[in-house]
Amino acid sequence: MKDTPLSNCERDFLLKAIEEKKRLDGRQTYDYRNIKLRFGADYGCCIVDLGKTRVMAQVSCELVTPKESRPNEGILFFNLELSPMASPAFELGRSSELLVKLNRQLERCLRNSHCIDTESLCVVSGEKVWQIRVDVHMLNHDGNLMDATSIAAIAALSHFKRPDVGVQGDQVTVYSPEERNPIALSIYHMPICVSLSFFQQGTYLLVDPCEREERVMDGLLMITMNKHREICSIQSSGGIMLLKEQAMTEITDLIMRALENDKKTRKEGGKCGFAEYMPLARITVNTTDDTSVDMTGPVVVISDSEDEEDVVILHPETL
Amino acid sequence: MEVCSAVDVKCIKSNSTLREFGCEQSLLSRPDGSASFIQGDTSVMAAVYGPAEVKVSKEIYDRATLEVVIQAKVGLPSVKERSQEQCVRETCEASLLMLLHPRSSLTLILQVLHDHGSLLACFLNAACMALMDAGLPMSCLFCGVTCAIASDGQITMDPTAVQEKESRAVLTFAIDSTEQKVMMSSTKGSFSVQELHECIALSQKASENIFKFYRVSVQRRYSKTL
Repeated sequence: MKDTPLSNCERDFLLKAIEEKKRLDGRQTYDYRNIKLRFGADYGCCIVDLGKTRVMAQVSCELVTPKESRPNEGILFFNLELSPMASPAFELGRSSELLVKLNRQLERCLRNSHCIDTESLCVVSGEKVWQIRVDVHMLNHDGNLMDATSIAAIAALSHFKRPDVGVQGDQVTVYSPEERNPIALSIYHMPICVSLSFFQQGTYLLVDPCEREERVMDGLLMITMNKHREICSIQSSGGIMLLKEQAMTEITDLIMRALENDKKTRKEGGKCGFAEYMPLARITVNTTDDTSVDMTGPVVVISDSEDEEDVVILHPETL
Repeated sequence: MEVCSAVDVKCIKSNSTLREFGCEQSLLSRPDGSASFIQGDTSVMAAVYGPAEVKVSKEIYDRATLEVVIQAKVGLPSVKERSQEQCVRETCEASLLMLLHPRSSLTLILQVLHDHGSLLACFLNAACMALMDAGLPMSCLFCGVTCAIASDGQITMDPTAVQEKESRAVLTFAIDSTEQKVMMSSTKGSFSVQELHECIALSQKASENIFKFYRVSVQRRYSKTL
């Protein structure tokens, strides 16, 4: 299914509004949309809402043999999934340019920034290490998938707990959660990605573009940084030339914002609630308690005459 | 791949109870219809797109083409997901009035959020809720009920993952809302004809509760009319 194209009128309207420093959803230039984090019942499951954009991340682990070049380091693996749930334009099982871009950026954001201690994932040097796999599913695409993905992935990684292992001689025992408490990953810092979109050849700049804004933008700059004001990665796309000063001033401005996000993430992470969050006040939501089905009463076995015949036929065969 | 669950073995559930339900409709902005359905700890999100343009290769001249996609939480889709997709698709095809939308596509995407038993039943319930939300014409509603038969012959309704594992057979039925007839059945394990009949009868009884829940949800949703 194709995506609905954006009409020229809409395009002009959006650009005109941006020129007048107005955004469709009433935000200011540097305003982020509301971020909401929810953790699932499994360890390492996190759903992030960034405005209407919704992303789910699930972390899992497996014991594998390490790479020969790095025998005592665990492996981080990222798998992004542009599910057709998010947008009708996403096709199942086809790697698009967007998917490759997002996957690469997430790897740069989380693996290349060395935010996770991979050496602590080693069980037996050169033989057994943990492979941590991060699956990210897009559930609803309303722009800025990258920021939502990075928040979801790091939140899920911080929430995740791997089973404890014991090494006795050559034997490696993996303990179930009932036997020994699972262990959280050691995370040094939380890199968070912030996207800036440029309009009119870089004259105007917006933070956290929504889907409509993404369609009319000329370029995108993705900066990953942590709360220690360290930049983990910068990626610019869309083929626009950026002035050095422009980028730098924006970064200093944005550090505060990224910090704020980080704090928010941490605060939510600290709560570590895992129940299903249902906004009960909405009329689109309904819940019930356990209901019991009466099993004691005479169970009516619906038997048509045909069934009887079937039974009769069945018998000789079994005999 | 291993996912460590934080939910320990929950307090023993009585055999005849259906775990608590919950649903939320139109929770996503992009799809034409969306719903999430929760049964105990099992949770599924569903989204529907359509009727929309269809690929020429998939076009059917007198009816809509229904595509069902099940997204596992971890890893790539496997044979298990494919077979569940087929079960859901056949149920939806039986209830949707596809002849009203010839040469168009309907896409139903189901995403597992948490699997804690009776997943296929939860898929069916979420699918029905999402189809309702999308406003697609249907001849009847449907719901999914799972029964597990333990080795001593005891039947458990809406089993948890642990109960499913310990059981001898697991049966899932799709029941329609008009005549409470079986629209689809998916079984695993061995059981007698008598047990099958018992399970069907129990599922039909349980379906009444689920349809009641559907009704209340929809009533609640349309309680504020313009």
